Amino acid sequence: MAATIPYEYKYLRAKKRFPHVWCPGCGIGIVMGSIIRAVDSMGWEKDDIVMVSGIGCTSRMPVYVDFNTLHTTHGRGLAFGTGVKMANPDLNVMAVMGDGDSLAIGGNHIIHAARRNIDITAIIVNNNNYGMTGGQFSPTTPPGARTATTPYGMIEPDFDVCKLMDGAGATFVARGTVYHITELDNLIQKAFSKKGFSVVEVLAPCPTNFGRANRQGDGVEMMKLLKDNTINRSQLKAMKPGQVKDKIVRGIFVDRDSISYGDRYKALCERAKKVAEAEK
Amino acid sequence: MIVPWGKTRLVQGNEAVALGAIAAGIDFFAGYPITPSTEVAELLAGYLPLLDKKWLQMEDEIASISALIGARLAGSKSMTATSGPGFSLMQEGLGYACMTEVPLVLVNVMRGGPSTGLPTQVSQGDVMQARWGTHGDHPIIVLAPSNVRECFDLTIKAFNLSETFRTPVILLPDEIIGHMRERIVFPDKEDVHVVPMPVPDVPVEWYEHYHESTLNVSPMAKFGSGYRYHVTGLTHDTHGFPSRKESEVIAKMNRLKHKITRRLDELEDIQMHNVEDSSIVIFAYGSVYRSALAAQAILKKKKKKIGIFRPITLWPFPDKTVKEMLDYKDVIIVPELNQGQLIHEVERMTRDAVRVVPLQRIDGYEITPEEIVNAVMEVI
Repeated sequence: MAATIPYEYKYLRAKKRFPHVWCPGCGIGIVMGSIIRAVDSMGWEKDDIVMVSGIGCTSRMPVYVDFNTLHTTHGRGLAFGTGVKMANPDLNVMAVMGDGDSLAIGGNHIIHAARRNIDITAIIVNNNNYGMTGGQFSPTTPPGARTATTPYGMIEPDFDVCKLMDGAGATFVARGTVYHITELDNLIQKAFSKKGFSVVEVLAPCPTNFGRANRQGDGVEMMKLLKDNTINRSQLKAMKPGQVKDKIVRGIFVDRDSISYGDRYKALCERAKKVAEAEK
Repeated sequence: MIVPWGKTRLVQGNEAVALGAIAAGIDFFAGYPITPSTEVAELLAGYLPLLDKKWLQMEDEIASISALIGARLAGSKSMTATSGPGFSLMQEGLGYACMTEVPLVLVNVMRGGPSTGLPTQVSQGDVMQARWGTHGDHPIIVLAPSNVRECFDLTIKAFNLSETFRTPVILLPDEIIGHMRERIVFPDKEDVHVVPMPVPDVPVEWYEHYHESTLNVSPMAKFGSGYRYHVTGLTHDTHGFPSRKESEVIAKMNRLKHKITRRLDELEDIQMHNVEDSSIVIFAYGSVYRSALAAQAILKKKKKKIGIFRPITLWPFPDKTVKEMLDYKDVIIVPELNQGQLIHEVERMTRDAVRVVPLQRIDGYEITPEEIVNAVMEVI
């Protein structure tokens, strides 16, 4: 733990911002730690970092970190972030969002941010429900699960966030969990390094709402589920098909090169000026 | 040179808005296609890349206004253009910009509503939505042009006011003004006043994002300029951090209100013609003001005298001047392209003894000078 002390002083806001709002056993603080370590390993200046978010438990993260921070309206973090990034491409922009924020109300924005390939890293903390409002179902609530608004079990299919982002055109798509913390640090750092729209889905427990409604135990018990129910892609080959069943796969799913929107826009400006010059 | 400074040109209202934005130093436009405002976006799509300025077509109007706010926080003067249905979607971002005190210009070219309504036809149905469309108490500044040259001038003014008051400003042309073409003379560049984006000059550790200055507006630092701060739509303290403390909540809400109400004189912008010596006055704005002018000329030939009171700044409403100038009149006729919106403000500021007569048209066509003449003849 000694190694984390300098990070705290360097990256957390000193004045009056603690204690934080997250419940005991919540995974969001762990994601925040991972982001901070990844930022540190990138060597970015705090002045050059913008963290945007929408509304929800995860979206409360920006208030605690000493960057330029923007806590926006529900689902719109990426739209605000697109404005920030286009206005000043030198800023390193990341968006932290929950599953409901990014995939339900913000679903339109995230697919278009991916399609546009805006140079932003989206970190989606997926705890399978809306925590802040008391545990209603979200687009990632597994079928059959109980939530405050599915008292008889969830009847809608859920999104596979990584497949969705792959289909929408993101340049980097990965999944990690708050249990596999070194791996998560690594995934987030890789996402930060990637030019274009990069996404890291982080599976996290919500013991207060989802865990209690589905009898998954406390934070520690839910961490064990993340450990037992997920496997890294590298383990896949060594496993028989029957063993893979019902496991959630972690790791990098997409890592491709594609020109970012900012770079394409820059080229457009040059082209437009040439056309205007020729017409003179 | 995109803005034809000092030149005479045949220009469309929406085109004049686009050129006014460039004259005001726009750095960033984001929008979503919608009739009858599309020309603003289309023209800027051609112009802004030539100036190395940013232009985006977003996935919807909510994303557009959100991008605007992000862009202004990162130091770009920002504008969007829309119409009724899009304006409804933008109310979310508009409220956020009011709450976080981020300057931006929102052009809403009014068409018939509600809902999809009359997409290609004129209306003044969004006047109250412009004032109260987003939830919660909030300040707002709304300007309504009546001709093409004003589309140019008031767009620049909208940018200037948004920077001066650190709040969103709505430009509210109706469809007639947006789509009308007129021969206009552009001003010389040196005659146009452009307010630059204010930036803080205090040391970083002294910076308060929402510092209580004498005029209730403190300069907004750009993201990336070394002043790291928090922005949230939650009610916040002077540093921008969320607060539910009574004293801080009240201070925030009062500052939002007072930054406008303490400077009403700077915001009031009205035109009056023969108001003082007429017992009948037409209260008109936007395209209807033009018909009122024509009606006044027709009536003059008939030796009938009427006055015209025209607000250019619709919000904040010119309470004091309306009371001073209109409260002793016999009749005030309020022609509007809606079922009665600003007429209620006129009624609010005048005694019961003053007859306030509506003249309303809601079929997507203009109010003609003849209709106003007839209304006057009826009350004489």
